[in-house]
Amino acid sequence: PPAHSRSDWIGPPDELSNLRPVIFYEPPEESPLERRLREARQEAQASNQRFWARHNRAFRQEKEEFIYSRLKAKGLEVRDESGQKATLNAEEMADFYKDFLSKNFKKHLQYNRDWYKRNFRITFLMGQVALMRALRWLRQRKKNAEQ
Amino acid sequence: GFFVWHLRNTGVRRVLCRFVHLYHVADNRLITFQYFNFLKRMYVTQCNKDLSQRAKPKSDSIVSPFHELQQLDQEKKVVHKISPVSPVHQLWSETSSRNELGEMKSALKTEESVIPVGAESKEDRRWREMKLQLDDLPGILARLSKIKLTALVVSTASAGFAMAPVPFELTRFLLASLGTGLASCAANSINQFFEVPFDSNMNRTKNRPLVRGQISPLLAVCFAASCGIPGIALLTAGVNPLTGALGAFNIFLYTCCYTPLKRMSIANTWVGAVVGAIPPIMGWTAATGSLDAGALLLGGILYSWQFPHFNALSWGLREDYSRGGYCMMSVTHPGLCRRVALRHCLALIGLSVVAPVLDITTWTFPIVSLPINLYISYLGFRFYRDADRSSSRKLFFCSLWHLPMLLLVMFTCKKSVLKKEDKGDLPGGSHETAVEIRLP
Repeated sequence: PPAHSRSDWIGPPDELSNLRPVIFYEPPEESPLERRLREARQEAQASNQRFWARHNRAFRQEKEEFIYSRLKAKGLEVRDESGQKATLNAEEMADFYKDFLSKNFKKHLQYNRDWYKRNFRITFLMGQVALMRALRWLRQRKKNAEQ
Repeated sequence: GFFVWHLRNTGVRRVLCRFVHLYHVADNRLITFQYFNFLKRMYVTQCNKDLSQRAKPKSDSIVSPFHELQQLDQEKKVVHKISPVSPVHQLWSETSSRNELGEMKSALKTEESVIPVGAESKEDRRWREMKLQLDDLPGILARLSKIKLTALVVSTASAGFAMAPVPFELTRFLLASLGTGLASCAANSINQFFEVPFDSNMNRTKNRPLVRGQISPLLAVCFAASCGIPGIALLTAGVNPLTGALGAFNIFLYTCCYTPLKRMSIANTWVGAVVGAIPPIMGWTAATGSLDAGALLLGGILYSWQFPHFNALSWGLREDYSRGGYCMMSVTHPGLCRRVALRHCLALIGLSVVAPVLDITTWTFPIVSLPINLYISYLGFRFYRDADRSSSRKLFFCSLWHLPMLLLVMFTCKKSVLKKEDKGDLPGGSHETAVEIRLP
């Protein structure tokens, strides 16, 4: 984002976590409330990034392992003659999907709780900041009108 | 359709994975990653605290998606590029490591990709300012409120209204439709508000406005409130309190029960089916003011329809659901998934027979609707037996035209209001619907 920009910038999705990173603008005259909001958003972003990067990486890894073990069991190689990676069809993968989901169930419950809490808190802070800015703007206008 | 795109996407990802190595610098660092075509990548790590002040590229980074310069602060960073897969393209490798004092600048130049990348995906790869674009706002809000789904919901509510055995009142109809539409917009917006990180991870939903940062969560909530509150008020005051209560209950059911339940238990599908069944009930109660057997029958038809529709759709999304942590029958209980879909296809036949028994339609209805009901049941049976992608897709697409057609046939076979008194209706009864239009 350019140096003179006074807004936040959002980027393309991260390869591992699929989340879009945001670069938050820190204005020089940031109030404590605005700072709390920005920090909450940064913290949430970091936490989400950590969770999904780790989770997706585990998914990919375990999927590879599953495919490998199944192919081995069938007596096939990971790559056939043309060098193409052999894959299992959707029905065979279904066992893996079911397994993966149940293994990560508790992790997801915990993450959901955290995410909902963070989301509400951030949105509430956004509301407070918006209100504060609106009042500030009104006060400024009144002052300008009086002058 | 989206299956092809999904396959292409995963294929690309697999290829790129081979060349990628990630370096974790520290826990509180963000590792961000950008690429302009699928041939090159660059890793940049940023420090949470200082980036907002320091990150400034050289001038044109926004203008051209193919040139990007970044200045970084005193952080350790590893810049790693992948060599392209295709030999046609120029190789541009540059690995640099930073020293503690200096700032790093790195330039990336890429060539036009031979393989056509859609213009939108190129757009998608750029950094965008998170400022609300007013001229985009209608489109953004349309996507936020899932306007197409809302339109379908309103049409099922209108069907409920039309099937009610009372004279047709135009203003009442319009108010009910508008109120239902606003309630649906509100519910959909809150749903998207809750699901941002999950939507980002699923191919079907990763282009939603909140995921892309086109709108802030605060604005999404305000929009939902400004749709939901007037919508419910309109239904309660302008139509009748029962419809308003049903609308409010449906919003609650969808946002506070179905959405969190999706990640906790497969029971979410049944709750979701109820959510889909309520709009026609709302339409009926808007017309008559009371909850009759007819309303429940119409609700029952929509309820049963949801299962073949959703179960077939979810069959092709199993990987995304599994990775995203969604508890869906297609992942955890695939046999049950298919059984339930078939069961409810057959239930639709049964419900169509009940309709004339309750005096809502003539006996022509079950007869005329039998072919389409049998067809969807047949596809449901094929899905049950074959359990593969093609049968699930066939069932899903059939469900899309089956419902409107069923409702249309139902409407044409509606038992006319005037004829309700004489019970001596012949099976080959008339298709007339004597409709009084009472003006306000």
